[in-house]
Amino acid sequence: MTIINGVSYRVFKDHLFKITTIIASFLLLVPLILILFYIIKNGISTINWEFIINMPKPVGESGGGIANAIVGTFMLIGIASFCAIPLGILVGIFLYDHKSSILSWWTRFSVEVLQGVPSIVIGILAYTWIVIPNGSFSALSGGIALGIMMLPIIVKSTEETLNLIPNHLKEASLALGVPYYKTLLKVIVPCAMSGIVTGILIGIARIVGETAPLLFTAFGNQFINYNILKPVNSLPLMIFNYAASPYEDWHKIAWGASFFLVAVVFILNVITKLVVRRWKVQF
Amino acid sequence: MNTKNIYNSKNFADKFNSALYFLSAFLIIVLFAAICVTLTVFSLQSIKTFGLSFLTASLWDPVAGKFGALTYIYGTVLTSTLALLLSIPFAFSVIVFLGEYYTEGILSNILKSAVELLAGIPSVIYGFWALYALVPIIRKFEMAFEIPPYGVGILTAAIVLAIMIIPYSASIGREAIQLVPSELKESAYALGATQYEVLRYVTVPYARSGIFAGILLSLGRAVGETMAVTMVIGNVNKISLNIFAPGNTMASVIANQFSEACDKLYISSLVEIGLVLFVITGVINVIGKYILKKISI
Repeated sequence: MTIINGVSYRVFKDHLFKITTIIASFLLLVPLILILFYIIKNGISTINWEFIINMPKPVGESGGGIANAIVGTFMLIGIASFCAIPLGILVGIFLYDHKSSILSWWTRFSVEVLQGVPSIVIGILAYTWIVIPNGSFSALSGGIALGIMMLPIIVKSTEETLNLIPNHLKEASLALGVPYYKTLLKVIVPCAMSGIVTGILIGIARIVGETAPLLFTAFGNQFINYNILKPVNSLPLMIFNYAASPYEDWHKIAWGASFFLVAVVFILNVITKLVVRRWKVQF
Repeated sequence: MNTKNIYNSKNFADKFNSALYFLSAFLIIVLFAAICVTLTVFSLQSIKTFGLSFLTASLWDPVAGKFGALTYIYGTVLTSTLALLLSIPFAFSVIVFLGEYYTEGILSNILKSAVELLAGIPSVIYGFWALYALVPIIRKFEMAFEIPPYGVGILTAAIVLAIMIIPYSASIGREAIQLVPSELKESAYALGATQYEVLRYVTVPYARSGIFAGILLSLGRAVGETMAVTMVIGNVNKISLNIFAPGNTMASVIANQFSEACDKLYISSLVEIGLVLFVITGVINVIGKYILKKISI
């Protein structure tokens, strides 16, 4: 009895718990290292300049690249950004400006629900809204689906950063006779620019690897296409299609594309960190 | 100089700007409403035809025009529950590690970057990796235990899902645990408690609603996750109590069949699955966010 409640037993329990925690935490590194190892091992031999600028080749011919997917990914991100960034920032400013009204409650609620909508459901929505009226799969529908995914991230980061700006900045500007809208646009928003940019970068990093909403919107395309009303390919879509195929050559291309995609996400993360560190909002 | 004019022009710009903000906020609400309306309208045919039996019937036969989603609901519930159970011990360790033992320093930076990287890897790459690295391992394991060696299946999907959702519950839980006032912890230490006892009786109970919210939000992710699951679950329309057997989830059936569905009832049934998915994840998300707001993270 004395031993069970004794100090040495309690200390032993403390150490045991700490060690278990540390081991379990670092076990999390195992899948990460394995994933990176597989991608690098299989991807690095495929990736080179030719791989990036060439078109995919038919099965059986070696070589071939991912140029169509890269172009498509850029188009989709461009369309998504064009839809989501201005609207997201405006809504963020609105939520900062109206902390508690009925409209802002509903707006916040909508943003929160939007944030959790499964990506495949967004794919269905873009399909019914754009693909059916248009009569064909298109880059536009894929871009809008990705834009809907990006929107809540931008709204949240804009609002949160604006809330960090101290009130006396606003008061000083208003006291000088600056109209309210100019105070918002020329004093408050520029102060929060880094947070807004961070939100945009996080949003892009989030959508660049999305596949599910593109399955029946952007659909995929073997060729480079610049028409936003026609289907385009994207990197994650290409990885999905090629990974599911039975051909060894295509798996290689998929690994190369995975390597490229992970590198892009990684670089976006690093840039985000640099932006946060360099232009951190602090008062 | 006509001061009234200047005043009016300012007034106009001000009004224009605030109208713009109002309009954009309104647009978001319209978007949300449009999502609800679209999903309901497009699944109306299936709702009318099958009613509630859609959720309780397991027969899914596009040729005969009979649709019941029970198999997929079962698959989703099973994979996400398993994933949650697998992820909780590890997520909890990361929370304690980053929030209590090593709040700064090299070790915490390594783990923090690892968690961020795991969160950043696209789900299709998780699926691809699982298909070529995890599936053979599971298959060997199954052969050793003389279970039919599919490799793909519910357990494989759950493992991948668990890896994918740990970063979410871990990062929210860490923020919650760091909000515990240090006075509370210090008084426990002053009474002679060990670090484990402080965690067990002070820190974790104080932060439990935040940790719970993080786990709830990660469950929302697991329920809606599509690509990685689609690639490793095997896509078999059968309810099986064996977790090694292949199955299907709500998200994966939409991903697999939506683009090949041709007749209206078929599409409508798939959209209804999407509607169910939307409602479930919406409820989980709103509850999770509500808890977080209450403890103000």
